[in-house]
Amino acid sequence: MTAVPDNATPPAPDAAAAAIRVEGLTMAYGDFVIMRDLNFTVRLGDIFIIMGGSGCGKSTLLRMLVGLKAPAAGKVFYREGSLWDAPPDARHAILRRTGILYQSGALFSSMTLAENISLPLSQYTALTRGEIRDIVSLKLALVGLAGFEDFYPSEISGGMCKRAGLARAMALDPDILFFDEPSAGLDPVSAHNLDELILELRESLKATFVVVTHELASIFAIGNNSVYLDVETRTMTASGDPKEMLANATDPKLRRFLTRGQE
Amino acid sequence: MTRAAASRPRADAPTRSLVVADGVLTLTIAGSWRMDQALPALDPVRQALEATPPPKTLAFACAGVTGWDSLFLTQCRAILALARQRGVTADLAGLPDGVASLLALAEKVPERQGAARTTAHAPFLDRMADLGIGSVQAVHNLLEFLGEVTLAAVALVRGKAVFQRSQLTTLIYQASIDALAIVSLISFLVGLILAFVGAIQLSQFGAQIYVSTIVGIAMIRVMGAIMTGIIMAGRTGAAYAAELGTMQVNEEIDALKTFGFSPTQFLVLPRMIALVLMMPLLCIYADLMGVMGGFVVGVFMLKINPIQYLTHTWQSVPLANFWIGLVHSTIFGVLVAMAGCYRGMHCGRSALGVGQATTSAVVTSILAIVIATAILTVACNIIGV
Repeated sequence: MTAVPDNATPPAPDAAAAAIRVEGLTMAYGDFVIMRDLNFTVRLGDIFIIMGGSGCGKSTLLRMLVGLKAPAAGKVFYREGSLWDAPPDARHAILRRTGILYQSGALFSSMTLAENISLPLSQYTALTRGEIRDIVSLKLALVGLAGFEDFYPSEISGGMCKRAGLARAMALDPDILFFDEPSAGLDPVSAHNLDELILELRESLKATFVVVTHELASIFAIGNNSVYLDVETRTMTASGDPKEMLANATDPKLRRFLTRGQE
Repeated sequence: MTRAAASRPRADAPTRSLVVADGVLTLTIAGSWRMDQALPALDPVRQALEATPPPKTLAFACAGVTGWDSLFLTQCRAILALARQRGVTADLAGLPDGVASLLALAEKVPERQGAARTTAHAPFLDRMADLGIGSVQAVHNLLEFLGEVTLAAVALVRGKAVFQRSQLTTLIYQASIDALAIVSLISFLVGLILAFVGAIQLSQFGAQIYVSTIVGIAMIRVMGAIMTGIIMAGRTGAAYAAELGTMQVNEEIDALKTFGFSPTQFLVLPRMIALVLMMPLLCIYADLMGVMGGFVVGVFMLKINPIQYLTHTWQSVPLANFWIGLVHSTIFGVLVAMAGCYRGMHCGRSALGVGQATTSAVVTSILAIVIATAILTVACNIIGV
């Protein structure tokens, strides 16, 4: 979230402003191909939705974008260059500009919330302990968990774990934030609040968001760009703004997905 | 990495200057306010806010800011907190885009009252009382577990215990065939060590042949059982605790309960059966391997005739020792399985809890094995076997 005042205007949707570019990506487990020929661009400042039915490989795609699983073919480009062709040090440097919110928070259970958030800060910055403590309480306050510094993840609810996971993902002020199923397991109000939080953070941090979800309400509320993965043809069948997709789509499968099976 | 090493001198170093005019304190902020820079100290701002008469308003002029991150936000929060303490109104309009809204977002949910933990130590009596209550609870849990296991065993005898037969087969395999290699190695070496220790003393009297007696009685009477017990505590008992503990974390045990299965019958019973059946067999095998270890020392180092060594072992070790060893190992089987399963079933719901459960399963098993051995040895002494 390196916000520079003079780039406050929304970035123009051209190739130069690409935060992530995916070219010819093929995902496979062994010989079993899940998805092939994925080509899409995440622009700077986008809230980019990766959507599709269950088991279509949304989470696997996310794992390839964040360096957890190597693609079978194709490339993932960040602004610094190709993620999977970079040597490990360079790859880690690219990934340090990203933050990831895992599906159930993935907080380290042996550490308090404050320790969870300060871990990357103490490792990758030269901040003093006082500064780290201030940043930790700021991040927790941003996600509405002020005062919960000394709680262990097992002592707070699932929704709170998720928000604490978001605070940890934001610890290093990343440029790109990845969310894996942010609203899974949240009640409608909490899910809505999380959507609001994402919009608010995009507005003030000028960060880019990549969100894996099949929650239609979220998709239309926050997404301004997206890719739809079709489980039967094993490739992407649509991309673009989800609201325009709903208005213009002709593919019956996509329409069924976007209308909760009503059409 | 020190701060000085991290921050290279840069043209856009963060600066802050302050001007007081007509009761308005204006902070002029410029440069790059990021984590890789050393930020100016807060003291001048504090002094200006605490001056008499205090300024009425606090304003920001941030036209020169070239970049900011969370560190800038924490500085702003600190300054605003100071201003609020002094009753100075803050005008956030001059802050860079996004900063004001993030600050507002951070204030949106007030700090939960009473959420922050105090680190003060509880009084001595409080801690003692907690310890006492904790121990009573632990004894209660243990007795409850023993009761459930007994009921499950009764159900098993009456043929009404519900568990998967195929799982029992896997468990038996894991507790026997899979353990053979490590049991072989350790028992063989223990036999070898016992023989070495005895050989040095006995050869001074020309009584080398009694090495076979020492190794035979020691291995067959207790050492075979103890060594298998400790090996199985380390590999199988720990595995039970980790497995059941992870099932507890994943709510699998809750799922079993809601399906109407008794977790004790479904999970604990097959593990108990597997270990109680296999431990005596492993013990017999360990006895043999231990005698082989002694045999190697006797035959190759002490030059005892192989046939003579084996017949002497056979003649000088009373058969009662064999049965005593089997009783030991059966009891150890019960203890190791119980410790592993008990700790696993009472595991905390986190990765941390699984680690603690596994550790205490192994510690409890080994402790139980040693105590049980002591009791059995005294008991054998009293009844004269």
